[in-house]
Amino acid sequence: MTTPLALKVNGNAVSVQVEPRTLLVQLLRETLRLTGTHVGCDTGQCGACTVHLDGRAVKSCTMLAVQAAGCEITTIEGVAAPSGDLHPMQAAFKEHHGLQCGFCTPGMVMNAIDLARSKADLSEAEVRGGLDGNLCRCTGYQNIVKAVLAGAAAMRS
Amino acid sequence: MSESLLGQSVRRKEDYRFLTGSGTYTDDVTVPGQLYAFFLRSPHAHARIRAIDTAAAKAAPGVVAVYVGTDLQGKVNGLPCGWLITGIDGQPMKEPVHPPLAQGKVRHVGDQVAMIVAESLNQAKDASELIEVDYEVLPACVDPAQARAPGAPLVHDDVPDNTCYVWGLGDKAATDAAFAQAAHVTTLEYINNRLIPNAIEPRAAVAQYHRGDDSYTLHVTSQNPHVERLLMTAFVLGLPEHKVRVIAPDVGGGFGSKIFLYAEETVLTWAAGQIKRPIKWTAERSESFLADAHGRDHVTKAELALDKHGKFLALRVHTTAGLGAYLSTFASSVPTILYATLLAGQYTTPNIYCEVTSVFTHTAPVDAYRGAGRPEATYVVERIVETAAREMKIDPAEIRRRNFITQFPYQTPVALCYDIGNYEGTLSEAMRVADVPGFEVRRKEAEARGKLRGLGYSAYIEACGLAPSNIAGALGARAGLYEAGEVRVHPTGKVTVFTGSHSHGQGHETTFAQVVAQRLGMSVEDIDVVHGDTGRIAFGMGTYGSRSIAVGGAAIVRALDKVVAKGKKIAAHLLEAAEGDIEFENGEFTVAGTDKKVPFAQVALTAYVPHNYPLDKLEPGLNEMAFYDPTNFTFPAGCHICEVEIDRATGETRIVNFTAVDDFGKIINPMIVEGQVHGGLTQGIGQALLEACVYDKESGQLITGSMMDYALPRADDVPNFKVSTQETPCTHNPLGVKGCGEAGAIGAPAAVINAITAALWPLGVRDIPMPATPQTVWRALQTAPKARSGRA
Repeated sequence: MTTPLALKVNGNAVSVQVEPRTLLVQLLRETLRLTGTHVGCDTGQCGACTVHLDGRAVKSCTMLAVQAAGCEITTIEGVAAPSGDLHPMQAAFKEHHGLQCGFCTPGMVMNAIDLARSKADLSEAEVRGGLDGNLCRCTGYQNIVKAVLAGAAAMRS
Repeated sequence: MSESLLGQSVRRKEDYRFLTGSGTYTDDVTVPGQLYAFFLRSPHAHARIRAIDTAAAKAAPGVVAVYVGTDLQGKVNGLPCGWLITGIDGQPMKEPVHPPLAQGKVRHVGDQVAMIVAESLNQAKDASELIEVDYEVLPACVDPAQARAPGAPLVHDDVPDNTCYVWGLGDKAATDAAFAQAAHVTTLEYINNRLIPNAIEPRAAVAQYHRGDDSYTLHVTSQNPHVERLLMTAFVLGLPEHKVRVIAPDVGGGFGSKIFLYAEETVLTWAAGQIKRPIKWTAERSESFLADAHGRDHVTKAELALDKHGKFLALRVHTTAGLGAYLSTFASSVPTILYATLLAGQYTTPNIYCEVTSVFTHTAPVDAYRGAGRPEATYVVERIVETAAREMKIDPAEIRRRNFITQFPYQTPVALCYDIGNYEGTLSEAMRVADVPGFEVRRKEAEARGKLRGLGYSAYIEACGLAPSNIAGALGARAGLYEAGEVRVHPTGKVTVFTGSHSHGQGHETTFAQVVAQRLGMSVEDIDVVHGDTGRIAFGMGTYGSRSIAVGGAAIVRALDKVVAKGKKIAAHLLEAAEGDIEFENGEFTVAGTDKKVPFAQVALTAYVPHNYPLDKLEPGLNEMAFYDPTNFTFPAGCHICEVEIDRATGETRIVNFTAVDDFGKIINPMIVEGQVHGGLTQGIGQALLEACVYDKESGQLITGSMMDYALPRADDVPNFKVSTQETPCTHNPLGVKGCGEAGAIGAPAAVINAITAALWPLGVRDIPMPATPQTVWRALQTAPKARSGRA
């Protein structure tokens, strides 16, 4: 049994048939082949699947695809400029070595962009707290925090 | 070249693809006609399988095949172990069969019972619920300390006392004699807590069979695809090695857990050949918890004998190590060769004896996890040294100084020969950065706020750059431990490097490119580094044991030597000079003492368009490879200082300062090295404060089976680390490098626990178990002998 679903992904209109139990992340990865969004856990803890839904960071493994009907989704593939130039937050992650294996990175960047938009002049403690829903096993977070602070500043300028 | 590229924090070449979602991890690989596999796993820690009924599952929609253990009998062998340990009784270790799908019995929760293959993952999962397994549940033993107790349930009927081996290293008699002369003996008994690695990318595999040439391609989350292929083809599946291509594409962290040959990808590859269609399997996180190889799991009693001046006379260690239910690929070597050999630490302790009893338990296999044996050894040495200092009322830094090794090379009593180090250098610099002299003021200020504050040291050493093949072989390794590197110069002078090392976060694509760019006088943009594909790379032993730059990097340097040597012959011909007069620097071949020169790119072009070329003496082309086998281990070492504050009311420990001064020899990319240290420290702090793998002692169920139950460090659990390096170049490899990937995880646990016990010592608390959770510390505070009197 499938159900029709229409939404926007990275600016493109998408119209598909999905099983009702399909998770948003499954729609993105398997149906739309947007594999930049990752799955690291089954319990909403790791945040590797974070995307933007109508501009806010959400974990795409903890919502059904049909719940995104009519919404606008942005994934990591939709963040850089069409020219390929990195978004300021992406550039900050590169400059400050805020990634190693890269697996948590898309979720980190998506959450960081939302965090930066949510409040001007984030403190380091606010960034650390704001990243609570995103696990990284490689970096020890220090350079991610540095990158988010720098990326947020760059987004404001 | 005006400025050396070595030592520069070049931004990473690999970052763009990871930042834009353009990486290719195994689960991103989708092949036309692909099927999906799901593994039905044992819900019991120990049970006899009376019967399995798969009929309903086989008839379910979309199901293509269902396999159980009996289907594999005679076709798929058990998974091999790569390291033979010989016990003190002279007998080889016990190697019970490790079937990829359970045969007759299940031996841990999560043991693979059946593989269901279907057109969709949901169909495979749905069908798994239709399989009826008739289990006769049996008693289980999950605690290594209980595995040899009388009447303990046996994991394998043919392994008495659940004992794989009892192994020893060092001079027992001399050690015992030294204890008899001691002025002071410090004793510690503790558990080195079992950990679950939890790379954020779960394990995954995509197996394809190619009918046209009867070959296979396996994409898999591996740190060492050539080793994976060798073990799978030669030992388990009996397939011709050259007919199997193993690709480890982008891999989302390993930390040891992706070194090993696992059951899942083995059965998947075999089944792809049976069904003749591609099959994908991706672990769910709960499967990672249940079936990835875990780490640590030691129960240890350690004793340190000292003279009245605090000089170490002898160290005696007895460890029981849990191996889990089956021998994983390198499991046997971790609590022995990679552990006891490090018990000298940075000290001149003349007599050391270590005895290790490794036991099977009804738990997931235990194998190498970041540091692998060396964190356990450091924990022994650095906890007991600090405790001895406190007992003897000697400053912890001073007792270390009295015992430091200062003359190199230094032969330890536990087999290793340290080539070089400067332990006083890293200790004193760490003390300066951590402002040790100002600690007492900070402690008093904290006390006024009702907080306990403590400062602890960990002066660790590790043996990395694994390993000289002949020494490893003599110690039981069933493989060589060299590395391969190939430098392919293209006709235009651009370069592709092929390395047997594998990068799963370490940044080899950048670091290795810096090494090549520096030597050939090129830009890193003109060099690509290829790794992780048996179809493109000649051979490789992969990445673990902080070996990539020390062994893999050295192989590339040796290949570069050959490129330059051949280039000189070509240049000599072009410049009509004697080969001996040709020099190569900054990307140009020159005739010494003249202004005659030819650029590297022109030599490369000449090699591929050999019109004016000494074809009678020299082959065309410029493509060189080298195998590098190290002559010794490398010995990264350093000093970590941790400062904590403990809330007396809640028992919560906060790390307020953490300093790491490490000696990794020469540094190629400081930014990447610092990142490696940050990550290692965080895993070490995780072990010390947060992480514990807990199995229920009665049922054998994994209590900490999800990220909601197993506490991984989060961004607000760790401080900003103060990280710096000192440099004594390794004496025996061409780059002078030692490796940096594991140091943080090796040094940090002892530093954290030493800091906590320093804070609690005045209350009469001399030890605290890992992880030192708020509850653990709070309990210790409630029961502390001097709790009521406050600070003594």
